[in-house]
Amino acid sequence: MNTAVTSLPARPATAAWRWPAWATPLAWLAIAYIAVPLVATDYWFDAILIPFLALSLAAVGLNLLTGYAGQLSLGSAAFMAVGAFAAYNFNLRVPGLPLPVSIVLAGLAATAVGVVFGLPSLRLRGFYLAVSTLAAQFFVQWALTKFGWFSNHNASGVIDTPPLAVAGFVFDTPALRYLFALTIVTVLTALVWRLVNTPTGHHFVAIRDHELAARVTGVPVLRTKLLAFAVSSFVIGVAGVLWGFVYLRTVEPAGFNLDRSFQILFIVIIGGLATIRGAFLGAALIVVFPLLLSRLGSFLFGNWFDSGVLDLSQRIVLGVLIVAFLIAEPQGLAALWRRAFHPLSRSGDSTP
Amino acid sequence: MTFTRKLKTALLAGALALAGTQAAQADEQFFPLQSYRVGPYAAGGTGFFGGFIDYLNLVNTRDGGVGGVKLTWEEGETQYEVERGVEVYERLKTKPGIATWNPLSVGIAYALIDRVTADKVPLLTINHGRTDTTDGRVFKYIFPLLVNPYSETSGIVNYIATKVGGADKLKGKKIVVLYHGSPYGKETIPIYELLAKQYGFTVQQIEVPHPGNEQQSQWLTIRRAKPDYVVLRGWGVMNPVALKTAQKTGFPADRIVGNIWSNSEEDVIPAGDAAKGYVAITSVAPGTQYPVLQDIQKTVYDAGKGNLQDKKRIGSVYHNLGVLNGILNVEAIRIAQAKFGKRTLTGDEVRWGLENLKIDEARAAALGAKGLFHSINVTWDNHEGDGRVAFQQWDGGKWNVVSDWIAPDWKLLRPVIEKSSLAYAKEKNVKVRKSIDD
Amino acid sequence: MEAFDFAFFAEVLLGGLLSGVMYALVAIGFVLIYKTSGVLNFAQGAQLLFAALTFVSLVERGVPFALALGLTFALMLLLGLVIERAVLRPLVNQPPITLFMATLGLSYVIEGVAQLLWGTQVHELDLGLADTPLEFAGVLVSSFDLAAAGIAALMVALLSAFFRFTRTGLAFRAVADDTFAALAVGLRLPRIWATVWAAAGVIALVAGLLWGARLGVQFSLSLVVLKALPVLVLGGFDSILGAIVGGLVVGALEKLAEVYLGPFVGGGIEGWFAYVAALAFLLVKPGGLFGQRLVERA
Repeated sequence: MNTAVTSLPARPATAAWRWPAWATPLAWLAIAYIAVPLVATDYWFDAILIPFLALSLAAVGLNLLTGYAGQLSLGSAAFMAVGAFAAYNFNLRVPGLPLPVSIVLAGLAATAVGVVFGLPSLRLRGFYLAVSTLAAQFFVQWALTKFGWFSNHNASGVIDTPPLAVAGFVFDTPALRYLFALTIVTVLTALVWRLVNTPTGHHFVAIRDHELAARVTGVPVLRTKLLAFAVSSFVIGVAGVLWGFVYLRTVEPAGFNLDRSFQILFIVIIGGLATIRGAFLGAALIVVFPLLLSRLGSFLFGNWFDSGVLDLSQRIVLGVLIVAFLIAEPQGLAALWRRAFHPLSRSGDSTP
Repeated sequence: MTFTRKLKTALLAGALALAGTQAAQADEQFFPLQSYRVGPYAAGGTGFFGGFIDYLNLVNTRDGGVGGVKLTWEEGETQYEVERGVEVYERLKTKPGIATWNPLSVGIAYALIDRVTADKVPLLTINHGRTDTTDGRVFKYIFPLLVNPYSETSGIVNYIATKVGGADKLKGKKIVVLYHGSPYGKETIPIYELLAKQYGFTVQQIEVPHPGNEQQSQWLTIRRAKPDYVVLRGWGVMNPVALKTAQKTGFPADRIVGNIWSNSEEDVIPAGDAAKGYVAITSVAPGTQYPVLQDIQKTVYDAGKGNLQDKKRIGSVYHNLGVLNGILNVEAIRIAQAKFGKRTLTGDEVRWGLENLKIDEARAAALGAKGLFHSINVTWDNHEGDGRVAFQQWDGGKWNVVSDWIAPDWKLLRPVIEKSSLAYAKEKNVKVRKSIDD
Repeated sequence: MEAFDFAFFAEVLLGGLLSGVMYALVAIGFVLIYKTSGVLNFAQGAQLLFAALTFVSLVERGVPFALALGLTFALMLLLGLVIERAVLRPLVNQPPITLFMATLGLSYVIEGVAQLLWGTQVHELDLGLADTPLEFAGVLVSSFDLAAAGIAALMVALLSAFFRFTRTGLAFRAVADDTFAALAVGLRLPRIWATVWAAAGVIALVAGLLWGARLGVQFSLSLVVLKALPVLVLGGFDSILGAIVGGLVVGALEKLAEVYLGPFVGGGIEGWFAYVAALAFLLVKPGGLFGQRLVERA
């Protein structure tokens, strides 16, 4: 990524009022908290917005690790699974534990697992590291299925999640569940954004761009890499809790398989590596697009093609989109967005 | 810039399309179908949903609907993935006149249990499902019709008993269960142990990691263990690979007994002649000789409205299962209409019909299904309906039924089921029903 | 404690080694492409599926064996060329992760097209290789596995000879070694890359047929690629010999682990054991057994 400083042409004396940087996120939050609940239907909440939020959060986490810190990870779904199962177990086995505390503890559990599987990053790079994250993916899925303790010895290994109750107030309508997820996503995204703009965040980028140079200039490579894994796993773990508790309301290991890991990686790549905004744009595309396509397909072709053909076409179009994005716009949707809305901004600036 | 603009307009158009419309239709009963026609289990999905739709088409065409009420349906592709099943549910649940949900997927069924209970529409999980939903006192809207996983297990053991000369001869025999490494595969482990204790045989459980492409070590271990029978509790590609690997390691196919999700043509054809002699359980008999299948062939396929692409699959196991599912659904609606009137029924009314779904052999014959299945007797507290099972053997070209209709040991299994369902009721604060009207 | 059952151990080991040869065959497809263009072609699995589906669908429609083989071969060649031209050439200077993701997207496309063209049913693939258990001194070996291993070994030998003794093979190695130098000496890169992809297509065809005969031809066939990755890790992404040795090691290890270690944890460890073993190995020797250097583009 280009970190060279380019200079802008001198601003004319009668400059128009510029939109302040902090206003954009605030505007989005206002839309999300106020406008959306007024307009959206239950279907939108339960089938589109909530999975969008969960996947965005997972993508924010993965982007931190893969986009900013340059450590390729193909096992994100495993960390989501750890988060979901951990939250379930903490909630179940520690009586009286408030749900938010369970969620934080679940994130920490994911962190622990993430650090363990992140240790190889100290010696491995590139594809070798990716393959080791696959080890995490397969091992975690196996362990969660094999050991009945994780699913409370439920005969079928599928968990029913508890209701979302915080201090006696139960989030049980689709709109309320949406707000619950939205709050968690907002808080964590804000924290990650802060992190990215601190020296540690810059260290991440330094390691990604040129590890040797970073080491030479005094960046504590070991610690920084592990920190990237730790924070990223925490965020992804909480995203897993959202996916299981708020969206599906059941948890089974099969839902956190390799396809899900790839899905999150797609979101990060298409949305734009090393951008916060990219996670949301990518997730929106991945969630909404298949539904759009199937509606369009059945509208245009009706019953000529059955749902299977429609679905295969979706797969093809998604694959083509991925390849097309990679060829035409390697910096993802975030770059498109930036070009569309900030035509005068410098390339490589740090606004999310 | 043009690309972005095009993207924006496309998204906007799509968003409007997604908003969806609902038109009220009088005198129609709607079946939302969370079907899967792609993905690793597509063969089963196309067969089952094909059969279901064929039967609905038959009822509409031949009988003009049920009591004059036309049957309608809409499919949503799930690829057998839970979140897509949930999305289809959320999208279609506002349509009027929904009769039942039929996802044919354990994962999706689990995710829907709370939802259908809140929305008061029955969920049918024929031949599979969460076993404790058999207890209708706790699970008012879930129906694991015909055979639940525990009954299936007991049926298999009873069949093996007939092969060795009686239940008393089971003592000392060795059975290996080769199961798919997933919650579905593990579900029946405790029941095998229960039955082993009851009848005195030893059971060894061997896991095959998903998806089951490699089974060499498992079958070599089986060869070493020298069991009398191997039960195959598989799914998808695990089944043909198991049969091929068994041949590789010299284990005879006719001593392998497949469970209800290892019993279709799609499971054995890829194994070629390694599958000859293999026996599997079924709750619905294969073949096209039954009057209802003949009717479907005449009325639906000859008129060009058949759902299966490949006509050779008419009468296959999954297709017939779909047809049977249709028969059960429609009969429940008919029974409910007798009480509530010949009109579009609510989900709760269909639930009442299901809880009174009794088809004995005479009624089955009247429906053109004599021999297709045995009988069903659903009550408000037994949502399984005491279905019987038969066993079929593959001869290289088709399945042939080689046993009578065998009854599982329901009495033995019921206490285990109730223990689990009551625990669920306690955990989720569900009121235990005392009668059909609760 | 009963005496150690050596015959059984030998059986498991042998079966594992034979499986390993088949893994190696898939891995070599990766190595070929990685060696010459630095791309980790995840779409290899989809290509495998496509080849198997095409062949079996043609045969089912009555096309004679040899002709079907030829047609499928031509189709795979075409596919390889199209991939190289349409997807990889535009991405030629991108970082490895981008290329990898592109092949992942590609695998979705190929899987979709294959099933759209030929349907989603399962098919039996009969190569005329019988699968009878053979016994040597109380040790069981599968005749199919032996034949498949033989074919795979033959392919590997041919490829190795090709790389070592022919001009094109030398050109491949030159390109892999130093692209600029190869250009400077006048090697035509596009032609070489096209040939490489065609060759990989052939490997996908052979592997697809063998694996299809083993498992039946259906969607999960493309998942064998997941078994090839630990092989590549162990053997190095750019070494054919490494792929062979890695394949043998992975095949043997995972079977032995499943049989001897599995019972302690309830079984089913085959799915991840190879990965964890490869990981552990890498921590000791980060370049793999035969790999020349870490996988990294400047």
